[in-house]
Amino acid sequence: MRITGNTLTRRGFGAVLAAGLLATGLTACANSDTGDAGGAAGDDKIVLGFSQVGAESGWRTANTTSVKEAAAEAGIELKFDDAQQKQENQIRAIRNFIQQKVDVIAFSPVVESGWDTVLKEAKDAQIPVILTDRAVDSADKTLYKTFLGSDFVKEGRLSAEWLLEETKSATGPVNIVELQGTTGSAPANDRKKGFGEAIAANPNLKIIASQSGDFTRAGGKAVMEQFLKANPKIDVLFAHNDDMGLGALEAITAAGKVPGKDIKIITIDAVKDGMQALADGKFNFIAECSPLLGPQLMDLAKKVHAGEEVPARIETEETTFTQQTAKEALPNRKY
Amino acid sequence: MSGWRTRLPAVTGHRLFWPVVVLVLLVAANAIYRPSFLTVEIKNGHLYGSLVDIVRLSAPLILVALGMTLVIATGGIDLSVGSVVAVSGAVACLHISRQPDQNSLGGVLVALAMAFGVSLLLGLWNGTLVAVIGIQPIIATLILMVAGRGLAQLITSGQIITINSDPYRMIGVGHVLTLPFAIVLALAVTLLVAVLTRRTALGMIVEAVGGNAEASRLAGIRARRITLLAYVVSAACAAVAGFMMTANVSSADGNAAGLWVELDAILAVVIGGTSLAGGRFYLGGTIVGALLIQTLTTSVYAMNIDPQTALLFKAMVVIAVCLVQAPAFRAKFRRRRATTGGPTAPTGEQRKEQVAA
Repeated sequence: MRITGNTLTRRGFGAVLAAGLLATGLTACANSDTGDAGGAAGDDKIVLGFSQVGAESGWRTANTTSVKEAAAEAGIELKFDDAQQKQENQIRAIRNFIQQKVDVIAFSPVVESGWDTVLKEAKDAQIPVILTDRAVDSADKTLYKTFLGSDFVKEGRLSAEWLLEETKSATGPVNIVELQGTTGSAPANDRKKGFGEAIAANPNLKIIASQSGDFTRAGGKAVMEQFLKANPKIDVLFAHNDDMGLGALEAITAAGKVPGKDIKIITIDAVKDGMQALADGKFNFIAECSPLLGPQLMDLAKKVHAGEEVPARIETEETTFTQQTAKEALPNRKY
Repeated sequence: MSGWRTRLPAVTGHRLFWPVVVLVLLVAANAIYRPSFLTVEIKNGHLYGSLVDIVRLSAPLILVALGMTLVIATGGIDLSVGSVVAVSGAVACLHISRQPDQNSLGGVLVALAMAFGVSLLLGLWNGTLVAVIGIQPIIATLILMVAGRGLAQLITSGQIITINSDPYRMIGVGHVLTLPFAIVLALAVTLLVAVLTRRTALGMIVEAVGGNAEASRLAGIRARRITLLAYVVSAACAAVAGFMMTANVSSADGNAAGLWVELDAILAVVIGGTSLAGGRFYLGGTIVGALLIQTLTTSVYAMNIDPQTALLFKAMVVIAVCLVQAPAFRAKFRRRRATTGGPTAPTGEQRKEQVAA
């Protein structure tokens, strides 16, 4: 080993180089969508540069499809970039958009912080910026025109309001367990806050256990298994997304209880599998968190391009589902 | 662990003594918090209880860590196991979801064979990069760690594939003789690996390669072939773990399945007493390590520790285990005790404090 140490280091160096090349190759592919800068400006068509977080979930893919379809429908030329969940990719994409002199830039920030410099560049180039789905924490609110996305606090509140109505006549305590999303993420924090504040209206409602299930089915199931063993009387499950609720379903069934009856289940998102569970009577209520913000985004792009004033915060059009409405909505569900 | 009886006087010096102590302490802490934690009852004809959950959920980690032990023994490391878990689960679930009858055993077996085959290829890829081309293992497997997860998402088209197949569910949540099928399977694989490595010269050869690949080659061992084999076995173990994880929730999530499992597996191997530098390896230790990690995770849920502090809690326990295991730390500890003249200092108490903190 020691004798060949030198060759090893050289080999190692070669490997790093190879990995580096591979990585650049990958990003080059990813960027090919935005490749031809050509006649971005010039004709009347609005050019919208959109940088997506990635393709990490069904929700996100539905979001991407919605933006692409809405752009085609609205006659807007879309330059789409997939940031593959990396901020540096996203910053590079936005710089590309600026160089290409697109008319409007929209993006779903991968993380909340670190956007001031690149947003300033866009502002200097007089290109309006729209944030979609996720916010940034820039102190300077003039760096972007508006933030279009769901109100997570409201989703939590709507879930709680349904429960308040449902348990209006309950005389005894109602035991609630909560499956939180990824610790520290905005949807987890806000949904917890919205739900917690709203149920305070009825002192009978009590959250007896609350744990993070990481927004995944496996996480939801593992946590629910322990909740069920630790708490003999659970009346309600509030899960921060459908997937954790679906995982919890399995744990509840394995414990010999009937989901939807013995334990009422409230979730957020309304993805297809969740809606199916709701229509089947296994869930009781879903507050929608819609990824279909494409049409609203295109409207906004047209407005800011025309120089119209738009509100600084715009909520995605969303609704809520009960078992009955889920049955009706399910056949037309896009994601 | 079987060596305990024969080496009873040296039991505190055994490399597994402290991990087992911490494991017992964790279970005891749970039992104090909620006495029913230890309850194991029969429900629907099989065992049911928190302890059963721990054993069942640790099965995939045991498998992944088992493969990791062999790779680490050859002086390498396999960062790609999490991605292989995702790929194997995705391939299997995709094939099953396309069957007209998802409950047909034949379709499930074909799906398993396909996914297993793909995983073997991925292992072969890792092994070739490391053993034939000579890329450093951490870089070689990093490539697949990143690319493999992309591959899994490509297979699932970025969606979560939900399946409804009883034969496939069996792998994750089924039971044989009231025991969870997953743990029976994991132990069977462990036994197989143990027999292959400890009842033949294979284990010693692996250790020789890990100790000094060049010297073992000069001694007549085909070091490259052994290294390559280790990565293939690691991928095979990860593939089966992938079946368990996806069967547990009857769905394949290319983004989340097996995420960070490589880190847990490496930790399990290290807690089990195998050195990251390669050489001697301990399969029994790895299993204790995997059980400890799963117990830690389940404890967080069972004791309802605030998620914000859960990671800190886990880190403290792991640091405590690693410290008390380190000979240098123990030597320092003993020396200080000797100089302060307190030979009867209750070290057990102090350990407990560390864990409880």
